[in-house]
Amino acid sequence: MAKGFVKIVAERCKGCGFCVEFCPTHVLALSSAFNQKGYHPPYVSEAEKCSGCDLCGMYCPDFAIFGKRYPVGGTHAR
Amino acid sequence: MSNAVMEPGTLVQEPEAHNPVEPFLRMERIPHIWCPGCGIGTTVNCFARALMNAGLNTDKVAVVSGIGCSGRVAGYVNLDSFHTTHGRAIPFATGLKLANPELTVVVYSGDGDLASIGGNHLIHAARRNLDIKVICVNNLVYAMTGGQTAATTPVSSTTATSPYGTFEPTLNLPQLLEAAGATYIARWTTYHVKQLEKAMTEALKHKGFSFVEVLSPCPTLFQRRNHLGDGLATMKFYKEHSQTKHGASTADTGLTKEGDIVVGKFVVKEREEYIEGMTRHFTEHLGRPFEFKVRTC
Ligand SMILES: Cc1ncc(C[n+]2csc(CCOP(=O)(O)OP(=O)(O)O)c2C)c(N)n1
Ligand code: SF4
Ligand code: SF4
Ligand code: SF4
Ligand SMILES: [Mg+2]
Repeated sequence: MAKGFVKIVAERCKGCGFCVEFCPTHVLALSSAFNQKGYHPPYVSEAEKCSGCDLCGMYCPDFAIFGKRYPVGGTHAR
Repeated sequence: MSNAVMEPGTLVQEPEAHNPVEPFLRMERIPHIWCPGCGIGTTVNCFARALMNAGLNTDKVAVVSGIGCSGRVAGYVNLDSFHTTHGRAIPFATGLKLANPELTVVVYSGDGDLASIGGNHLIHAARRNLDIKVICVNNLVYAMTGGQTAATTPVSSTTATSPYGTFEPTLNLPQLLEAAGATYIARWTTYHVKQLEKAMTEALKHKGFSFVEVLSPCPTLFQRRNHLGDGLATMKFYKEHSQTKHGASTADTGLTKEGDIVVGKFVVKEREEYIEGMTRHFTEHLGRPFEFKVRTC
């Protein structure tokens, strides 16, 4: 069960790949599709592995992604 | 906002969650002007978290920038801020701090702005141990104007003004700042987000002149010309070539084009702060308690 989740604002992304590279549990991958500006945004390929650590959020120079932990004992709203 | 660009995979939606950096940004100005893979935005993430950690009242924090890509930070942070003329962020910040000593004054600017055109101001603010916090985004060039050679450009780098490579010696900022008298000096790179967050938090809390240098990729104008790859390649370079040495002698923190980067917290010391010194001095010489106040008309 995932301990956290990640949220992506695909249209704000510039496809630098920092989040994909430095996610400690390899939750993310870059999409082969384009956003409206012509960049390849990330998508969640391994949601179960996300800890919600928000390292992706700290790395993202474009404020386009962040992670959050589920509250302990909370629901995993999907 | 479409999800059409998503590959098949799991998209986890939590509509009520917000990026914790957003309250610190003027969101109406986002997307920002910085290039793909530029590190300046990453430093802003660390700064936003440092502000939260330091528990400061953000109404009492002001950000002052000079001119440059890094200087644009003043325009994106949701704080009182001022975008000054090139090289003059520190003089403006000095006046701001002296007129409003209760403010936490942060100078956020580039290597060219702070250490090349503005180098003299940097030296003297450090000498006075004025309580301002300087965050220097060092991308090794004057980026905004096209990637010209700066005082911080490593020897043998190709730049817009040095097509045959630079030959001038490179300014080692931690060493310069220590000699001038700064009382907090740290260096990290945009790869070291957690360490940078911590250094910025410490600088915000430190009483006295604090200097945090952040090496940051400029893939468009530095790495590209030097065939060093894109922003991500630079981040991997930082990861592989940084050596953490807290308390390192700043004589050993010089930067080269492709050599190792010494990172860490190099200097933390206590020394009488500028306004404290002025208060002590005039109390002694006037023979009555002196309270530093700026007269407003
Ligand atoms: C007095 C003056 N001289 C020169 C310029 C042109 N200028 C604008 S930004 C800049 C370089 C900024 O370099 P840096 O501070 O390193 O910021 P970066 O763009 O690299 O982040 C220069 C030379 C100016 N705006 N004003
Ligand atoms: S929150 Fe942490 S684990 Fe989840 S995607 Fe981001 S970096 Fe990876
Ligand atoms: S770090 Fe941000 S801009 Fe870079 S690929 Fe990830 S979401 Fe996009
Ligand atoms: S020119 Fe360089 S420093 Fe300026 S926004 Fe682009 S990558 Fe960043
Ligand atoms: Mg620069």
